[in-house]
Amino acid sequence: MSAEAISRRSFAGGIAALALARRASAQGYAGLGETAGGFAKVMPGKAFTFPADHGPHPEFRIEWWYLTANLVDTSGAACGLQWTLFRQAAQPGPQGEGWANQQVWMAHAAVTRADTHRFSETFSRGGVGQAGVTAKPFDAWIDDWEMKGLERTDDRTLAPLTLKASGTDFSYALTLAADRPVVLQGDGGYSRKSERGQASYYYSQPFYRARGTLTIDDKAVDVSGQAWMDREWSSQPLDTDQTGWDWLSLHLSSGDKLMLYRLRQKDAQDYPFGNWISANGGTQMIAGSDIQMMPKATADVAGRKLPVEWQIAIPSRSFSILCKPLNPGAWMATGFSYWEGPISFTGTHDGVGYLELTGY
Amino acid sequence: MRRALWILAVLLSHWRRHKMQFATLLVGLIAATALWSGVQAINQQARSAYDRAAATFGGVRTAMLVAPNAATFPQELFIKLRRAGWPVSPVLEGRVQINGRSLRLLGIEPVTLPADVGNAPRLGAADLSSFVAPPGQTLVARETLADLQEPEGAAPAISNGAELPPLRVQPQLAPDVLVVDIGVAQRLLSKPDQVSRLLIGKPRGKPIPLASVVGDQLQLVAPNAETELERLTDSFHLNLTAFGLLSFFVGLFIVNSAVGLAFEQRLPMLRTLRACGASARLVNTVLVVELVALALVAGLIGLACGYFIAAALLPDVAASLRGLYGARIPGQLTLHPEWWLAGIGISVAGALVAAATSLIKAIRMPVLATAQPRAWQQRQRRWLVLQSCAACAVFAVALLLLHYGQSLIAGFGVLAALMLGAALFLPAFLDIILLAGQRVARGPLALWFWADSRQQLSGLSLALMALLLALAVNVGVSTMVDTFSRTFIGWLNGRLAADVYISASDNAQGVAIRNWLKDRSDVQAILSGGRAEAQIQGQSVELLGLPDHALYRERWPLLETTPRAWTRLVPGNAAFISEQLSRRLNVRLGDVVEVPAPGGTWELDIVGIYADYGNPKGQLTVNVAALIRQFPQTPQTRIGLIVARENSPGLIAALQKRFGLDDRSVADQATVRAESIRIFNRTFAVTSALNAFTLGVAGIALLTSLLTLANSRLPQLAPLWAIGITRPRLAAIELTKTLSVALFTALLAVPLGLLVAWCLIAIVNVKAFGWRLPFHVFPLQLIELVAVALLASLLAALLPVARLARMQPANLIKVFANER
Repeated sequence: MSAEAISRRSFAGGIAALALARRASAQGYAGLGETAGGFAKVMPGKAFTFPADHGPHPEFRIEWWYLTANLVDTSGAACGLQWTLFRQAAQPGPQGEGWANQQVWMAHAAVTRADTHRFSETFSRGGVGQAGVTAKPFDAWIDDWEMKGLERTDDRTLAPLTLKASGTDFSYALTLAADRPVVLQGDGGYSRKSERGQASYYYSQPFYRARGTLTIDDKAVDVSGQAWMDREWSSQPLDTDQTGWDWLSLHLSSGDKLMLYRLRQKDAQDYPFGNWISANGGTQMIAGSDIQMMPKATADVAGRKLPVEWQIAIPSRSFSILCKPLNPGAWMATGFSYWEGPISFTGTHDGVGYLELTGY
Repeated sequence: MRRALWILAVLLSHWRRHKMQFATLLVGLIAATALWSGVQAINQQARSAYDRAAATFGGVRTAMLVAPNAATFPQELFIKLRRAGWPVSPVLEGRVQINGRSLRLLGIEPVTLPADVGNAPRLGAADLSSFVAPPGQTLVARETLADLQEPEGAAPAISNGAELPPLRVQPQLAPDVLVVDIGVAQRLLSKPDQVSRLLIGKPRGKPIPLASVVGDQLQLVAPNAETELERLTDSFHLNLTAFGLLSFFVGLFIVNSAVGLAFEQRLPMLRTLRACGASARLVNTVLVVELVALALVAGLIGLACGYFIAAALLPDVAASLRGLYGARIPGQLTLHPEWWLAGIGISVAGALVAAATSLIKAIRMPVLATAQPRAWQQRQRRWLVLQSCAACAVFAVALLLLHYGQSLIAGFGVLAALMLGAALFLPAFLDIILLAGQRVARGPLALWFWADSRQQLSGLSLALMALLLALAVNVGVSTMVDTFSRTFIGWLNGRLAADVYISASDNAQGVAIRNWLKDRSDVQAILSGGRAEAQIQGQSVELLGLPDHALYRERWPLLETTPRAWTRLVPGNAAFISEQLSRRLNVRLGDVVEVPAPGGTWELDIVGIYADYGNPKGQLTVNVAALIRQFPQTPQTRIGLIVARENSPGLIAALQKRFGLDDRSVADQATVRAESIRIFNRTFAVTSALNAFTLGVAGIALLTSLLTLANSRLPQLAPLWAIGITRPRLAAIELTKTLSVALFTALLAVPLGLLVAWCLIAIVNVKAFGWRLPFHVFPLQLIELVAVALLASLLAALLPVARLARMQPANLIKVFANER
C-alpha cells in the first residue's frame, strides 16, 4: 500500500507519484527508503546559513516547504489550511538545463473547516520556470501558487511572507508575520529518522501570525491565527522498514510550540521523536523513551481506519493531552494520499495544531 | 412443452419438402445481415482510427491556445500562463524524415499534460521517468514501427543527423506519429524554447483573462466535438451506410416473400393443427420461435459473411480514405462484441418485421378459414391511388430538401426521398403502362396478357421496387464514378506538368540537388516549388508556391480565371484558390483573402479558381518567390524537372545514386500518375462491389417473389390450360409478362438513376468534397445496365416458368377439384 500512501514530509512521495521512484512499495514509502546513491548525504554538524538555506538544495534528492495554519474566521469558527511545495530530483549529478533539468516539483494545498475539506494538487518540471524557489528575495512558487517574501523580509525570521493558492472550489491569500528567528529541529538542524543513521536537515518557523482571506465556493471570509512552516531536505530520510508516520505540530496556548512524530516500523518498534520550543524560541529535544503516543479513536476515511484522536503524554514535562480533529474527513486524496488536518487539544495543556498520518 | 415440440416438428417438415424455399429464406436473411454488418464493421474500424488520431495529444478534442499566425511561439508564454493560473501544457509539433519517410513529431510535457486529453495514451506512472530522463523514449504505434522496419529500442536517425530516443510501442497512438518529450522535440526540430500550442486542462480556480496575460499573442481554439477528419470522411461513411441499408432492405424483401410463400403453403397445415386441438396461441408462439431460431442461425452465418466482406473491402476502403482524406485506417479488422450483438439483433428484428404481415394473418386466422388467393381485385385500385399519393408527398419532401437543405445529410435526404418516391410510384406507373397496353390490345389472349399482368402487380411490386432501386443506384453511381474518372484523368494530366519530381530531405540537400542539376545538359528546366501552411478563419490552409514558367500557363488547369492571371501571380499579391476552399470561405474571383503570415497579414487578390481533387485541405496557389518572402521558413525541398522522356530514367538513377534518394523522394511523371490513378480507382472499388451485391440481392428478391406468385397463380392459369392453351405456350406468356414488367421497371430506373447521379454530383459531392464535376451521360453504360436487369429477371423467371412448362396435367386439373 505504501506506493499510494505518501507521507508528508517524505513526500517527495507525491512526486514519486510521478513514478520517479519505481520500487516504492518494496522500499519504504514512495521510494523514500531508496539508497542515496549519487546524492549528497545528510551529515551531523552542518552550519545553517540564511537566506541560502531557505532556497533549494538540488544536490539532495528530496526537499519541501511545508506550511500549516490554524485559523479562526470572523464568526469565531476554526479552520485550517495547508500549503506544501515538494521538490524531488529524478537523478543525481549536475543540474540539467531547461527541460533536461531533473527536478520535479509537486504542490498540495488544502483548506479544512469542521464541515468541509477541500484540496488541490499540481505538478511541474524544473528548469523552465513553472516552479522553483529562490532564497533571496525569497520566493517559492508553482503555477499561480506562491509563498513570497517582501523587500523587508528578514532572512532570520523568514517573515513577512505572502501566501496564496487556489483549487476549483477554494482559494486563500494570507500574509505571514513573525518576530522570532527560525528554529533548528533535532540536533542543531540534524534530524535522525532511525537508529541506523537515516536523517534529514530540518528547521521550522512555528511562530508565524497569519491573517488573510479564505474563499470556499466563492464565499470569502477574513481569517487570522497562527502558522507553522517546516523546511526539510534529505536524500534518504526513511529506513526501508519504516512504513509511515504520525506527525503533530502543536501551538500551546502558553505560546510554547511542540513538534512530535512517530515513525512506524515493520517490527512495530516505533521511532518517536519530539522537540519542545519555548515561547522565546529556545528548543529542547525530547527523548523517544519519554514520549507516549496512543491512538484513542479511529475514523473510517477513504476505506481506511485512521487514528485521528490521540492521547499524548510526556511524563517528564507533566504533559498529558487529548487531541481531537476539527474534521475527521481531512483526507488528501491526491496522487499520493494521506490524512492531514487541524486538531485541537485539551488536558494539562490546551491549544491547536496539525496532525499528519501517512502510510495507512 | 411436448406439444410445442411436436408442432415445431410439423412446421419444420414443410421446409424439408421445400428446400429451395428454405434456401431463399436463409439467403435473404444472410444477405441482409451480411451486407449491413460488413458495412458497419468498416465504419466502426474507421471511426476508431479517427478517434485515435484525434486523441493524439491535443487533437481537436481539446481546447488549446495557438499563435494567430499558426507559427510557434516562445515557451515563456507557457510559463506566464501557468503562473497566471492557466492549466496549460505545451506541445511542439513538426515533421521529421527517417529514411526518406516523413513522420509527424510531437513533443509533449507529460507532467502537465491534462489527464483528460481525449483517450490519449496514458503514460503509466512507471514509464514517466524513462520517458523524461535521458535518453528518453520515442513512443510510436506498432504500425509505425513496422513501417520504419526498426525493432523496439532502436534509435533511428532523422534527416538532419540527430538521433531519436529509443523507440517504444504505445498501442493507442495513431500511425505515423512519433511522441517524444518536449525538450527532445525542441532539440530535434532545432526550435529551442519554442512551442506550437498549449493544451488547456481542467481549470483550477479562476484564471486571469487571457488577453491580460499574453495580449494578442495567443488565441483560444475551442474544442471541436467532431474532428476535421470525421467531417471530411462523413460522406464516405454515409455512402457506405446507405448501401448497407439498401442491401438490408432488399434482403428483407426476400425474407418477406419467402415467409409469405411459406405461410400460404402451410395454411392447410396450420388449419389441421388447430383442428387437432393446438391452441391458436401455442401455434403462433411456435411460429415465432421457429422464425427467431432461423433468424439466429442466419444471423450468425450472415455475420461471418459480413466479417469476410468487411475484411475483403477494408484494404480498398483504407486506401480510399488515405488517398482522399489522408486518414490512416489499420488494414487489420478488429471487431467489438457490440458488433456481433447488433448483427444478430438486426437479423432477428429484420426477420420479424419482414414476416409481420404473415404472422398477423396467422394470428387472426379463424379455425376453419380456407386458404385464399391473395386479395387483390377491388382493393388494388385504392391501394395504387394511396401509394401514388404517398409518392407525391415524398417527392415534395425531396423538393423541399433540395431547396432548403444545406447539409450533406440533406443531400442524402434528397436522394433517399427521390428513390423512395420513385419506388412508391412504380406500381402506379406500371399500372398505367399496362392499362395502355390493355387498351390497344386485340384478341382475347392479348387482353388477358395485359389484364393478368396488372393483376400480378400487387404480388410483384415489392420485388420490382427492389429491382428499381438497385438499378437506379447502379445507374447513378456508375454515372458519377465515370464522370469523376473522366474529369480526374484530364485534370491530372494538366496538373502533372513536370516530368520528374524530387523531394529533398532538407533545404541543404535541396540546394545541393539544384546545383548538381544545373550542370546537367539533360535537364531542360528546374521548377522549384514550396509549400507552407497558414490558419485562415480557423482552418488550416495549404499555400502552394509555383514558379513562373510557361509550362504552367499552358497546362495547369483553372476552372475560372481573370485575364493575365498567371502574370498577376508574379508580383506576389495575387493567388489562385482551390475550388473547395473557395466554397468554404465563400470567396469568388476578385475577392481578397487575408493570410496571417509571420511578418503580418498577407493580402491576396483571388485571380483564379482551380480544381484540386482529392486534397482534404484547402489550398491557395501563389508565386513561390513571394511565398518564401512571406514565409521564410518554407522548406525549399520540392523540385520539378522538365526532361525529355527518354532521359528521365537515367537522370532518376543518377539522382538516387548521388543523393541517396529512395523511390518516395524521386519519381517520374508516369509513376506519380499511375499512383494517383491507382488510388482513385480503389476509391470506388468499394462502391462498385456493393453496387454489384445490391443488384444480385435484387435479383434474388425477384426470384422468390415469382416463386411465391407461381404457386398462388395456378387457379388463374388452369382455366387457360383447360381451354386449350398448351403448357409451353403458357410458360412463354408468363416469361414475356415477367420480362415486360422488368423492362418497364428498368426504363423507369434509367431516368431515376440519372437523377440520382445528378444529386450525387451536384449536391453530395459539393457538400462532401467541395468540388463540382461536369455532368456526363454514358449511353452505352445505360444500355448495358438495362440488359443486365433483363438478364437478371430472365434468370429469376426461368425456374418458375420451367416448372409450369413441365407441370403434370394432373396438378392443373386438381385446381378445379380442390378449393383453390
